Amino acid sequence: MAILVGRDTKLITIGYTGKQGTFHSLQSRDYGTNFVGGVTPGKGGLVHEGHPVFNSTFEAVQKTGANAAMVFVPPRFAADSILECIDAGIPLIVAITEGIPVLDMVRVKKAIQSSNSRLIGPNCPGIITPGECKIGIMPGHIHMPGRVGVVSRSGTLTYEAVFQLTQREIGQSTCVGIGGDPVNGTNFIDTLELFEQDPDTDAVIMIGEIGGTAETEAAHWIKENMSKPVVSFIAGASAPPGKRMGHAGAIISGGDTTAEAKYRILEECGVTIARSPSEIGEKMAGLLK
Amino acid sequence: MNIHEYQAKELLKKHDIKTLRGKVAKSVEDAVQAANDLGGNVWVVKAQIHAGGRGKAGGVKLARSIDEVRAHASDILGKTLVTHQTGPEGKLVRTLLVEEGCEIEKEYYFGIVLDRKTGLVTLMASSEGGVEIEKVAEETPEKIIKVAIDPAVGFSSYAGRKLAYNIGLKGDQIKDATRFFEGLYNLYINCDCTVAEINPLVTTKAGDVLALDAKLNFDSNALYRHSDILEYRDPYEESEKELEAAKYDLSYIELDGTIGCLVNGAGLAMGTMDIIKLHGGEPANFLDVGGGATKETVQKAFSIILSDEKVKAILVNIFGGIMKCDIIADGIVAAATELGIEVPLVVRLEGTNVALGKKILNESDLKIIAAEDLSDAALKAVAASKGEL
Repeated sequence: MAILVGRDTKLITIGYTGKQGTFHSLQSRDYGTNFVGGVTPGKGGLVHEGHPVFNSTFEAVQKTGANAAMVFVPPRFAADSILECIDAGIPLIVAITEGIPVLDMVRVKKAIQSSNSRLIGPNCPGIITPGECKIGIMPGHIHMPGRVGVVSRSGTLTYEAVFQLTQREIGQSTCVGIGGDPVNGTNFIDTLELFEQDPDTDAVIMIGEIGGTAETEAAHWIKENMSKPVVSFIAGASAPPGKRMGHAGAIISGGDTTAEAKYRILEECGVTIARSPSEIGEKMAGLLK
Repeated sequence: MNIHEYQAKELLKKHDIKTLRGKVAKSVEDAVQAANDLGGNVWVVKAQIHAGGRGKAGGVKLARSIDEVRAHASDILGKTLVTHQTGPEGKLVRTLLVEEGCEIEKEYYFGIVLDRKTGLVTLMASSEGGVEIEKVAEETPEKIIKVAIDPAVGFSSYAGRKLAYNIGLKGDQIKDATRFFEGLYNLYINCDCTVAEINPLVTTKAGDVLALDAKLNFDSNALYRHSDILEYRDPYEESEKELEAAKYDLSYIELDGTIGCLVNGAGLAMGTMDIIKLHGGEPANFLDVGGGATKETVQKAFSIILSDEKVKAILVNIFGGIMKCDIIADGIVAAATELGIEVPLVVRLEGTNVALGKKILNESDLKIIAAEDLSDAALKAVAASKGEL
């Protein structure tokens, strides 16, 4: 396997019997993920679309041996579901849910930090190791197994980057959507560190956005620690200042959080930048020559 | 979601945070009445708009007589204030807050926000109040004292004392300020704020520690549990098109350009705007249809884009994941049939159910400029917006 997920992953879905939960669980299964069941309180004991349903995450883990959970619970109940996954000791929790209140995530983040679980997301497309395991809502068919890692704050932009790679027959080791929310579980640096240590990854694409300092912190980390080449695109160069574009911007970070400032720091730190979202694949192809 | 200063101060009072006595006025007569009711001989007449920088723009005035209250109220009401936060079009003043005056000893800054780096709610205080705090943060960051609060522990008095001593408060002010900070922290948590800012926080010659101004912003994802705050919503402060879009779970922001954009995902929507600009065009809007869009929401998205008269071409850029291309295609066909799209329409579809989506478009008799990839889509949209296609 590349990073975090692979053939050894055993997946359960929290909120499995809902419409989206069902659709994407089965899509993940059909892609080849070892999907072993789901959790919906009150529906324990049912068999839904050929897979067992449990009342609690704890029970699901006990009976199936799951080591990864995909959270598809509506926003107002999602934090509770993530906390339940932590309590059940699931090593990898992938939260797809969009719109979780920030203060709920502040509590979840604290709980994650003092646990052995890792959270990816929320508000993310999920994670995929092409050809092995897909957890999330990304279209599986655009991916191709290979040796480029992808990490991104944006869902659909990740698909765009992956598509450009696959068109050029550059495969991906693992693609991680870390999500666009102000508080998330796994950040750029966590993921870059995993790619740096991964023998199956040769290079990395990092897709960021305006707002916050996550990309600049990652840039400095890359300069100090990363031996593998990185290509980066930052969305929002054209966004007028003061307007929020879907994802909450940073407030107390201080300094310049514009795309231009991030590009400058990334370049200074030795990262290859793509100024157009259509150049991401091309830039990576250039680096791998 | 933003609210007005007078509304923020109502919430402050509910959390036992000291503010000056004040009354809301919608007319000059109301304002005079308010001043008379408040008594005293000094009042402040304050414009209520959702933007900072009101003082500099002439929206906050001191009155030393009832006649001055009348004069200031008639001057400010109905005026369009232009500040660094309103944009060049400014904001019309429809409401005033008339407050009693006070003798200020010194101005401070106090704010609460989420620090994204640590994921913790963080209290910030500074002895440099009443000024643009962003400048203080940039030029003299050491003058901003920060304390992060562990959500499992909550506020403890030491945090308040740490801030109070470090910004130079003394004696009884320490206890009062600590109580003030705790009150605002509780408000922040209870009401799901994203920003709570008191600038300035003042000490008065009478010995009080109180909020002279107050800015609160709320997490829109948490408003379902705060029906009282939802009632504070002021439709005059929000763009009509943006409100209409929000009803359909569309994220829409109006811009100045000529190319209407319909995209799924905030990142790709920004990326699409970026590439339009790189190819010499100007986006007319940011529009993220989200992952849960239906044929109806896509149709609605089109009607919002088309209601903008600046739009000379439309670019649809969809990379289906959770969003299926056939749903988008159905929406496009329905919108075109119902609304009659007269500007050139460039469509780029990729991802989940792309073949089905393309089939639906091909079988319709719409004049669609199909694009192969993102770059091709942007080039064609820019050309079309300039009448070159």
